[in-house]
Amino acid sequence: MRILGVRPARLSLHAFLIVTSLVWLVPVIWALYTALRPFADTAKHGYVSVGGSYGAKNFTDAWSQADMMHFFLNTIVITVPALVVTLFFASMAAFVIARFRWRYNVALLVLFTAGNLLPQQAIITPLFRIYTNIDLPTWLSDSGELYDSTLGLILIHVAFQTGFCVFVMSNYMKTIPHEISEAAVVDGASVFRQYWQLTLPLCRPVLAALATLEFTWIYNDFYWATALISTGDKRPITAALANLQGEFFTNNNLVAAGSLLVAVPTLIVFFALQRHFIAGLTLGSSKG
Amino acid sequence: MSSAQNSPYARGVSRRSLFRGAVGLAGVSALGIPALSACSSSKSSGGTGGDAGAATGTVTIGSNGSDPVPKKAFADLFAAANTATGLTTTVNTVDHNTFQQNISTYLQGTPDDIFTWFAGYRMQFFAQQGLLHDVNDVWDKIGGNFSDAIKAQSKGLDGKYYFVPDYYYPWGLFYSKSLWSSKGYTAPTTWDDFITLCKKMKSDGLSPVALGEQDGWPAMGTFDYINMRTNGYQFHIELMQGKQAWTDAKVKATFDHWTELLGYTSPGANGRKWQDAVTMVMNGQAGMCVHGLDQAGPVFQQAGKSDDLDFFAFPAIDPANGQDAVEAPIDGWMMSKKPKNHDGAVKLLQWLGTAPAQNTYLASSPNDVAAASNPDTSKYNTLQKKSIEFVSSAKQISQFMDRDANPTFVSTVMIPALQKFIGDPTSIGSALSDIESQKKTIYAG
Amino acid sequence: MSRKRGKLRLLTGRDKAVLTAMAGVPALLTTALIWVPALGSIVLSFSKWNGIGGFDQIQWIGGKNYYNITHGYPPFAPAWHHNLIWFAVFVLIPAPLGLYLATQLDKRIRGSRIYQNIFFLPVVLSLALVGFMVELIYAPEQGLINNLTGHTKPGNLVDWIGNPHLNLFAVLTLAVWRQTGYVMILWLAGLKAVDPALREAAALDGANEWQTFRRVVLPSLRPVTIVVTVITVVETLRAFDIVYVVNRGKNGLELLSTLITDNIVGEAIRVGFGSALASILLVVSLLVIVPYLVVTFRRDD
Repeated sequence: MRILGVRPARLSLHAFLIVTSLVWLVPVIWALYTALRPFADTAKHGYVSVGGSYGAKNFTDAWSQADMMHFFLNTIVITVPALVVTLFFASMAAFVIARFRWRYNVALLVLFTAGNLLPQQAIITPLFRIYTNIDLPTWLSDSGELYDSTLGLILIHVAFQTGFCVFVMSNYMKTIPHEISEAAVVDGASVFRQYWQLTLPLCRPVLAALATLEFTWIYNDFYWATALISTGDKRPITAALANLQGEFFTNNNLVAAGSLLVAVPTLIVFFALQRHFIAGLTLGSSKG
Repeated sequence: MSSAQNSPYARGVSRRSLFRGAVGLAGVSALGIPALSACSSSKSSGGTGGDAGAATGTVTIGSNGSDPVPKKAFADLFAAANTATGLTTTVNTVDHNTFQQNISTYLQGTPDDIFTWFAGYRMQFFAQQGLLHDVNDVWDKIGGNFSDAIKAQSKGLDGKYYFVPDYYYPWGLFYSKSLWSSKGYTAPTTWDDFITLCKKMKSDGLSPVALGEQDGWPAMGTFDYINMRTNGYQFHIELMQGKQAWTDAKVKATFDHWTELLGYTSPGANGRKWQDAVTMVMNGQAGMCVHGLDQAGPVFQQAGKSDDLDFFAFPAIDPANGQDAVEAPIDGWMMSKKPKNHDGAVKLLQWLGTAPAQNTYLASSPNDVAAASNPDTSKYNTLQKKSIEFVSSAKQISQFMDRDANPTFVSTVMIPALQKFIGDPTSIGSALSDIESQKKTIYAG
Repeated sequence: MSRKRGKLRLLTGRDKAVLTAMAGVPALLTTALIWVPALGSIVLSFSKWNGIGGFDQIQWIGGKNYYNITHGYPPFAPAWHHNLIWFAVFVLIPAPLGLYLATQLDKRIRGSRIYQNIFFLPVVLSLALVGFMVELIYAPEQGLINNLTGHTKPGNLVDWIGNPHLNLFAVLTLAVWRQTGYVMILWLAGLKAVDPALREAAALDGANEWQTFRRVVLPSLRPVTIVVTVITVVETLRAFDIVYVVNRGKNGLELLSTLITDNIVGEAIRVGFGSALASILLVVSLLVIVPYLVVTFRRDD
């Protein structure tokens, strides 16, 4: 009924979004363009130039020289458990903080949120000591300790990321109407059922958003992976990218190609989870 | 990596003995045989190098050569090592930057038996901290393979050897032969000729000296050379070791010379990557650059212009010092404090310290030169041959500011100071007293 | 208070135990791996130590590190200044821009998911690539900007990364580029909490888009606003990676986190000095964040 009135506004909105998107894409397109060119061409003619040859050689070289398949598998083994446990832990803690009034709530919230304030480097010296002094059986860690073990890496990701997720989710859960859980209490539902069957399904948008962000952070982590793992072969995909860089000389065209390859899985995850937090799935509709 | 060497007990020994001392060691030994065998191998560590000939088993190697060229060179090297020594080698490769940043925790965690590192203060520091095993018994065998200057770079402050040199590369002024012959430039040997050449290049529309200082370290090479030419090697090294004052008028004289040169240095250095600076030289936009063969070489090589690269020695400033000192960083091998296979590691290092082994590595990495004297140079290119002459004629060898001085001092004080100086040369007057006072807090312990 | 206690009393003992475990296990993990090392850093800030050897190697020197930081460490003051600029820019650009993009993309417009992907793209790129992009865009002779504007000659080149008066803003541009998509995702998720019935009611009342946004959407977004505010503070205080990949936080790009890293990561390090810097950062952060959390939490109750 208001189609005629809306149209100019929609048009200018699309114009704005298209222009902004193009600005947003310039660095990526430029990197992609460079990644398609051999080093010899960009060295002779500069990055801002056309000519020479174009092709996917940097991509195939990066894939094989960095042994990416191996490191992708490492990354999956680290990222997936870390992500699942982080969201599980965080949603439980957030549920307690947001849905129950008890006296330690503020303290808990500060404990989780403020744990995010420090740069990772600030805690590494004591953390390294803790990690080298916790022994593990060999079936858990072939180094015999938490240091240089995949488990240790997963644990620090969970510890470091849970705080942020608790903070986001507890704020989000406060927007869920209390009547829902109160009805459940009258039903006699246990708290765990209130959490698992009533609250979590309503948190799908925020869980999806956090899963996307957390996957991105953990997947792209390089700091913990290098500070707490000393065996090169156990490191994640970010280390494979670093492996393409030399003591001095680095073929940046090759690194750009490798980096673009490495970015693909995160985009796939984003794409897969996206429908959970875009228009269509609303609190209102799931309530009904 | 092989499972036997990765036994948690064996690793536990190396860690515990570092942090918990004898008590922890005894506790672990009680766990069983693997610990005992690890102990016995470390007991023999002070012992005779002669035993190493019979050593067998696996030696673990920590390598920082992760990118394609050195990775292949190392792979070739250790394939040859397995054949030559009868040992089995397993290589743990970590990228260069990470390896450097985590070296301290690496050595205190679960280090490999031997690993790649640098000569200079950076080796001596870890020796002094007790994180290295001396390699005197290696040197009993390989001593004849190296010049005295290189031997001197392989010892800790306690006079013991901790380092087995592998290769080096010289720093100098690199240029494009085709550009120079087309313009008729010749290599200057004195500062005045150098400045005259810069003036000529400028009038020819070139940036005389290209510099890319965004990463903070490349300009150190220029400082090192001007300082050694102005004040001599001894003063320079003592300055690096914190024994001379940065407020000394001699240091100011170095910066004064450099200020003159900055007038001929490409502007915008602090926002340029060093590879772009070398590229300017390669493409004839700049006349020359102060760099190492390990940096200039690969850029020319990857662009298919290896034959166009040449270099000359940094010109003399004070005739008393001439062109005596050469900056030639040496990369090599060290042994961790408690190697799991000490005898094997000694045997492997004795082989790595020979010219044939070093040339095996260099076959895939032509921008370095074997550290051992009298290598077979039949496969060397012109620049490698020139590098040998260049370094063997040197009266003294320096490493590099970030290898000769305390690394924290260099990264937290000198990099900011040099970048500030390059951005604004007049700032150095007041900066030197800041440098000196920060040096005192950092070196004091 | 009475209401709170009343509420807990409704729970069975088993429920209370379950609740304690649900909050307790994550809290224990965070305490063990984040807070214990953080407290360790505070203790170490009174020491002199290179991080090597047993704890008996540590020399205790009282507050001397703090004195040296405030009296003889030139980058300390600029780092604060830069962090504050960083904060101002993050408050003024990515937070509102992310909200604007999210509200627009939340409408059923054509291509919404594609736009979202584009805005999110910078968040997923590896640091190695972002570092190279800085060179591609800003390098004096090789960079896109100087080439497009004709500023590549020695006489006229603009030194985006080397000039200490320009480089912070050059780098911040890329930081904003990444932060906007990040914040946008959170706003997008938050917009799901806005009851569509309320919007329809407002539209029926004749409210225009802006009025609906101000009176209906924004109040419903309050929890997300709190989240974005805290994230902006946290990301400001922890800001590190782009600056570090450009020039390790030197020459006009000093930030508190790069100073900490300079002293704590690497060889021959100054653990005590770096820990003192970290402790200062932690205490200041807590002074900002804790009152904010307490106030907002109380008000929500």
